Amino acid sequence: MDIVGLYNYWIVIFLMMAGFYVVIARGNLIKKLVGLNVFQASVFVLYISMGKVTGGTAPIIAEGITNYSNPLPHVLILTAIVVGVATTALGLALVVRIRQAYGTIEEDEIHKLDDDS
Amino acid sequence: MNDYLVLRVVTKLLMPFILLFALYVQFHGDFGPGGGFQAGVIFASGFILYALIFGVENAESILPDGILRSGMAGGVLLYAGVGIVSLLMGGNFLDYSVLQHDPVHGQHLGISVIEFGVGTTVACVMITVFYTFARWKG
Amino acid sequence: MITEHFPALQIVIPLIAAPLCILLRWRNVPFGIALVATWSAFIISCLLLGQVMDQGIISYELGGWAAPWGIEYRIDAANAMVLLIVSGIGSVVVPYTRNSMLLEYIHERHYMFYSAYLLCLTGLMGVAITGDAFNLFVFLEISSLSSYVLISLGFDRRALTAAYQYLVLGTIGATFIVIGIGLLYHATGSLNMLDISQRLEINGYDRTVVAAFAFITVGTLLKLALFPLHLWLPDAYTYAPSSVSAFLAATATKVAVYVLLRFFFTIFGAEFSFETLPSGPPLMALAIIAMFTGSFVAIFQENIKRMLAYSSVAQIGYMILGVSLVTVNGVAATVLHLFNHALIKGGLFLAMGCIYFRISSHHIDNFAGLGRRMPLTMAAFVVGGLSLIGVPLTAGFISKWQFVLAALDRDLWWVAALLMMSSLLAVVYVWRVVEQAYFRSPPAGSEAVTEAPTSLLIPTWVLVGANIYFGIETELPLTVSRMAARALLGTQ
Repeated sequence: MDIVGLYNYWIVIFLMMAGFYVVIARGNLIKKLVGLNVFQASVFVLYISMGKVTGGTAPIIAEGITNYSNPLPHVLILTAIVVGVATTALGLALVVRIRQAYGTIEEDEIHKLDDDS
Repeated sequence: MNDYLVLRVVTKLLMPFILLFALYVQFHGDFGPGGGFQAGVIFASGFILYALIFGVENAESILPDGILRSGMAGGVLLYAGVGIVSLLMGGNFLDYSVLQHDPVHGQHLGISVIEFGVGTTVACVMITVFYTFARWKG
Repeated sequence: MITEHFPALQIVIPLIAAPLCILLRWRNVPFGIALVATWSAFIISCLLLGQVMDQGIISYELGGWAAPWGIEYRIDAANAMVLLIVSGIGSVVVPYTRNSMLLEYIHERHYMFYSAYLLCLTGLMGVAITGDAFNLFVFLEISSLSSYVLISLGFDRRALTAAYQYLVLGTIGATFIVIGIGLLYHATGSLNMLDISQRLEINGYDRTVVAAFAFITVGTLLKLALFPLHLWLPDAYTYAPSSVSAFLAATATKVAVYVLLRFFFTIFGAEFSFETLPSGPPLMALAIIAMFTGSFVAIFQENIKRMLAYSSVAQIGYMILGVSLVTVNGVAATVLHLFNHALIKGGLFLAMGCIYFRISSHHIDNFAGLGRRMPLTMAAFVVGGLSLIGVPLTAGFISKWQFVLAALDRDLWWVAALLMMSSLLAVVYVWRVVEQAYFRSPPAGSEAVTEAPTSLLIPTWVLVGANIYFGIETELPLTVSRMAARALLGTQ
């Protein structure tokens, strides 16, 4: 089994787990969003590296080019990136509103405020 | 604001090129790499740079909220509108081939108009997101 | 002529209506646009269901690109049923939004609400109609993003944290799904659902496919809030505005259940999902735990809206139980319960909204004496509650009965017994509300409460009435759900 040759998957797995860990372990709402972004970025890398063809060029038609990378995963992930941007913007907007309503963006403090009221 | 002379001058120099590059990416999108998403973001980044250096108020006097909001909606409508036109002209939804007599020309026209719609919406959304956060006084 | 374009129009009409609401934002114009768009979507979905029942599967190629390459909208009985549920609930809730408190609260931005509502509807219907795996993800995110916005519009500040929590968990779920779809594309080189399943059969199921299966299963279970992945649901439904709770409770999780059915049965195939991989027993165990914990926690809730939300967790347990039986009867019962539960929960949450409109509280103590002061609303709540329990002559009874029959079919008599027992728990929590509303007199010195306005009562009673209608006239939902189950399991 070629462990080093599949390094792109190791990067994906590392990013995925790192992001996932931050989402779960951090109580700060902004840090959670950062973790979520890293988590999503791992999927972008997964898709993009999937489309790579060994020795392939950019998928633009030109003379003498027969071997080119698969453009479809790139297009798909462009959509996913846009979705990610929208999610981040919405998440940040919610955090701003939460901060306005509660005066804090720490999860445990918010829970405490909710329990008191 | 007057202290940052270098930033102000460089921004003024760069702005036209950023916007021009955005338009290049936009309209070159049906031949080479590019398209509405990228062009919209580049266009918006030009404006965001301007707003960062000269203040959101100045940027707003060029692109007020009303225009941005109409742009957001208009882009989506343009996209869907092309689909409806192709429906009315006897093709399936978003079938560009029927837009003109020659299917190849039809495809060109269809994708260009659609990408323009995408570009408009993306640029307006990005600028609005920036305005919203930049104006926040919490 | 125009009928062949119905699949596209189904999605495009609300999609066009959403930006129109932003452009034409004067007075009641956005409301009018939303009303026209949702009702025309509803009519189209009815006609589509008719077409599917007459002619079988409808396939529509977007942009004229042939199926495995282009995006295909593929409608069989299962899709048509889910489309009918989503557009039906969507169109009944719109008139309700007009007079609910939400609009007074966001007054000058009501057009944004309708825009988000229509986008959410577009997304949910898009998930149901598409035959392309990646397109499914895109529509799922359209619906999710707009539903986060809708939830955050709630009056309580906890709506914001609920929306944030839903955003984080929902994004993780959707990302899991997109990883799974990516791995499937890796293994088969196709994104068309039908094409993927055919290629899987030829190429065989390797480890990539198993990983894809795992990611997609966990992702969809998170989206449909099966115990123990249900944590986002109670808060989201409790603090969202009344009309939004009704709309989302009746549609969002249903569509996620449909996604699970589609992936398990159409793409991976029942043989791989349930025989090669042992998904049946764990799903059944989780479903039964969900049925009991959901109902049990619901009994102890002081907040009635939260009680209904936990009851939704239990009801999702029933649906997954039907899936885990892997028989035509079991899946048919699940599809039927998708339909019936949408009517039940939609009606109950709308009734809840009527009550909140008058007493501005969801707390059970404030329900004392409401039976006499808001007779029509409370009657609607009671009928909805009876249907939730599964009393004969209501829609809820039919689907419970089908679940029991399906369990007995597989000789799982203990599952049938557990189903009955968990229904008894539903009796307890519905009774608490009934007791409070009918057998307690209102506290002395409380303000006079009158019946909710007619514009709120009519949509409520439309859904509640549908519970009774489909409890007596059972042929249509039974036939369609049976057709849907056969289409999913691939047995004719």
